[in-house]
Amino acid sequence: MLAKLFKFHGGVKPDSRKTASTQRPIAPLPLAPQLVVPLHQSIGGTPRPMVAAGERVLKGQPIGAAEGPVSAAVHAPTSGIVRAIEERTMPHPSGLAAACVVIESDGEDRWIEREPIPWQSMPGDELRDFLRDAGVVGLGGATFPSHIKLRPGDKPTHTLVLNGAECEPFITCDDMLMRERAGEIVRGALIMARMLRVERVLIGIEDNKPEAIAAMREAAREGVEVVAIPTLYPAGGEKQLLRVLTGVEVAAGRRPVEFGLQCFNVGTAYRVARAIDHAEPLISRIVTVAGNVEAPGNFEVAIGTPIDALLAAGKPLPGTDRILMGGPMMGFALPTTTAPVVKGTNCILVGDPTLLPPPPPEMACIRCGTCAQHCPADLQPFELYWYGRAHNFGKAQEYHLFDCIECGCCSYVCPSNIPLVDYFRYTKGEIWAREREKSAADSARERFEARNERQEREKREKAEKLAAKAAATRQKLADKEDAGDAPAAPATSPAEEAKKALIAAALERAKQQKSQVRPRNTDNLSADKLAEIDEIEARRTQPPGATIEPPESK
Amino acid sequence: MLEALLVMAGIALVLGAGLGYAAIRFKVQGDPLVDKIDAILPQTQCGQCGFPGCRPYANAIADGDADINQCPPGGDEGVRKLADLLGREYKPLNEEHGVEKPKCVAIIDEQTCIGCTLCIQACPVDAIVGAAKQMHTVVEAECTGCELCIAPCPVDCITMEPIPETVQNWKWKYPTIPISRAA
Amino acid sequence: MSHSPYLRQARSVRQIMLHVLIALLPGVLAWSWQFGVGVLVQLGLATVTAVAAEALMLRLRGRPVAMYVGDLSAVVTAWLIALTLPSIAPWWIVVVATLTAIVVAKHLYGGLGQNPFNPAMVAFCTMIVAFPALMSQWPAAGLDVSHQLDLIFGGHRQLDAITAATPLDALRTGLREGGADARVAEIMQGSAFGAVGGAGWEWVVAGFGLGGLYLLWQRVITWHLPLAFLATMAAISLLLWGMHPERFASPLLHLASGGTMLAAFFIVTDPVSGATTPRGKLVFAGGVAFIAYMIRSFGNYPDGIAFAVLLMNICVPLIDMNTQPAVFGHKRGSR
Repeated sequence: MLAKLFKFHGGVKPDSRKTASTQRPIAPLPLAPQLVVPLHQSIGGTPRPMVAAGERVLKGQPIGAAEGPVSAAVHAPTSGIVRAIEERTMPHPSGLAAACVVIESDGEDRWIEREPIPWQSMPGDELRDFLRDAGVVGLGGATFPSHIKLRPGDKPTHTLVLNGAECEPFITCDDMLMRERAGEIVRGALIMARMLRVERVLIGIEDNKPEAIAAMREAAREGVEVVAIPTLYPAGGEKQLLRVLTGVEVAAGRRPVEFGLQCFNVGTAYRVARAIDHAEPLISRIVTVAGNVEAPGNFEVAIGTPIDALLAAGKPLPGTDRILMGGPMMGFALPTTTAPVVKGTNCILVGDPTLLPPPPPEMACIRCGTCAQHCPADLQPFELYWYGRAHNFGKAQEYHLFDCIECGCCSYVCPSNIPLVDYFRYTKGEIWAREREKSAADSARERFEARNERQEREKREKAEKLAAKAAATRQKLADKEDAGDAPAAPATSPAEEAKKALIAAALERAKQQKSQVRPRNTDNLSADKLAEIDEIEARRTQPPGATIEPPESK
Repeated sequence: MLEALLVMAGIALVLGAGLGYAAIRFKVQGDPLVDKIDAILPQTQCGQCGFPGCRPYANAIADGDADINQCPPGGDEGVRKLADLLGREYKPLNEEHGVEKPKCVAIIDEQTCIGCTLCIQACPVDAIVGAAKQMHTVVEAECTGCELCIAPCPVDCITMEPIPETVQNWKWKYPTIPISRAA
Repeated sequence: MSHSPYLRQARSVRQIMLHVLIALLPGVLAWSWQFGVGVLVQLGLATVTAVAAEALMLRLRGRPVAMYVGDLSAVVTAWLIALTLPSIAPWWIVVVATLTAIVVAKHLYGGLGQNPFNPAMVAFCTMIVAFPALMSQWPAAGLDVSHQLDLIFGGHRQLDAITAATPLDALRTGLREGGADARVAEIMQGSAFGAVGGAGWEWVVAGFGLGGLYLLWQRVITWHLPLAFLATMAAISLLLWGMHPERFASPLLHLASGGTMLAAFFIVTDPVSGATTPRGKLVFAGGVAFIAYMIRSFGNYPDGIAFAVLLMNICVPLIDMNTQPAVFGHKRGSR
């Protein structure tokens, strides 16, 4: 059965350059002596560290626990000793550092105790929690925690789509995974299909990967269909792939599940199968090394391995001027190659000026509309560019800036060499920052108003209380007067009398309070000192002869 | 002549009635101007403008009692937005009220804090928690960086720390146009 | 440091402009074949003036001179000016027109990409308003070279024998002089007319049409603008011709004379000052054709394309705003 395919607007056809890195099978990369595992490796909350420096960890042992509703655990990729939990430079365009667990390998690569789980009899929530704790995230690049996407939606999901399109030039990690491990990918797909209760699984693969298509067709089971799709960048974008396979267009801010669809990368499916059948958390992945290297290929790499180690295996050739993470269309230049491989690392691309030529000087936009003709999101990039440049963020949003997937087609074809995507990334960042500021300001306003209201109320209540008390005192005085005493000082009015009485009462209260408060010099002592004092106090108050329990050691 | 006058009068009557109806039908509730000004102000509630909070300053601007360049936390961009909203000329920030600084949060040195609660009372957004004779701490997410807690502290244990740039809050910079080699 | 995408496979602005120049060649060749080399002289004059003015303005504005002169956009503007002016107009007409286009219509608005009006059309309109007589003297077919050069560079102009009216001009004059008795068919027996359009001009028009096909083939332009322009022109003229064949010229004459072909493929297709959305392009080009026809048939100028282009240029922001294509996922029917 051949499914009817749909088209998306635009797209470009860059030279795919994938053959060099598919000449040899996936090779395991030797363990590096030191692994740096960032805690934040997925979208959502930063996992909370579960180990301390000096602690011994085993391979597969959780070292960071998922924090918050959207998060996934991280694990020790090998056995060894935690040297530190500290800030290390991340593989991120900013070149900033973030908290990492630094593990010194002991060379034994000893696994933590694992047992397969009875997943077929497990309740869905438990199974999803298991995947969260196995650190399974989307390996297509977005690293969104997979367990969240595996919750069946309100509407029934009818189709599970596996993304094996891999449309960016140079990258072949999914291609090789599909050629070599098709069985487990299909197995993972079937597990996910069961979790989502879907009947139909579509696996979309660009038709420039005949070997992968053949291997996947070989492995496919009932209900799993492998579809060869035309090679056109960015067919591997989730939205574009869903469009090609099902005709559904998922707008920005909406999720495929609203349309009865769900989409995962083939690598994610493979990791789901590994996690469930072998209780193996996500501690390694396939990474392509390509470009200006002597030995291009794909490597199975432990998460946390320094990129330098991968480069050593690929052997960059002279002329190399930069190292990219990701492909040439959407990747970024690494600020440093000491940064570790993370869950989202699909490719290390070694660039030289012929492979990745330096951008020609930017010229004026001539509104030729070539960018719009190639935009796979049907946007008018040059309009967005004008608005971005003018800091007209409202207009940019109105023209659907957030439907931009930053695929780079517009910059690729721009005759004036305008870095359009750079403008869009900048504009998006500014809009997000403004939204953060706005919500912070709103919350500050709310809190300020709440505080003012509280202060008003307190003042009012105090005044009421005071008035009530004054009335009571006056009453008392009046009673006294009634008891027979002639007014002592007729010159003072009853109101003044009342005031005087109040002051006297307040003074009295203050005196009492003062006597109650014991003078203390123990306010600024450390916890140890306080404990010691308590101990002494206890001993003092205890009757002689009673046994004293030793303070619990911390 | 008379006809012309009658026609003109008739037109005037009809238009007048229309305008009068529109005035009632589309009457604007409340004073949206103050709300709009308030929405632009950063809600730091720091009082550097000389008013006790952002809302009072917004009122003062709307009434013409205050200028638009008295809000250092709002910065240059804030002044521009106000100028834009009110159709006034942009003017640089009035330095009498302070200068624009990077956004900071207050940090209490917990070793030095004596638990006097003075900062808690000073905080306009209730972002400091603690009790008498207990160590206090700042809820960083709620702190507006207004610096109002610094002056009351008897032991000077509060410092303002700029919010560090992290991988999560990092932004792409404005694309710099490379100086043309052809020039 | 630059960011992704690191690959580019773009045609540069220079290449695009080069394609436009190549596409103009057939028309230019036909022109010089039918009406002598005067047009080549005008092209040269306009090109030199435009490049010099462009360089000067770039320098004054502190922009990289070599880069922007090298994009050839000024040369394209110059050629379009030279091809809209009479090829025996005095040299200073060409120079002033070119300066108007480059200095006023282009650089005073901010240079390449910023001009709201089509520079060549601004120049043409300025000239026709300022020098109406000189702008309506066109060479008769077969005028020899020395005569042409004399007309362009010499001072004295003895014109009657050597100039001819353009077909649209001849039609207008004929209709006006003939009054109520005039018949289009009779007027078209005149020497200004050939088999389908103007005598000799038919070949020029065919040359521009050929160039237009080349641009479409090279994907420098999309089909929207030329098709909407030609179709609208054909439709209105067909309508009026069908009602009053004796008062209005046939669609064929309208398509094959004046600047119709040049406008369809080279003038309304100017990306900077034109509409950019697919639907907007249809509206824009259709509007130009409509206004141009109205000026041709009911106005005082022989051809109205230049004014029509400027009038529609003003409407471009409005057109673009209201014809934005539906964005991925926001299309009707895709919930």
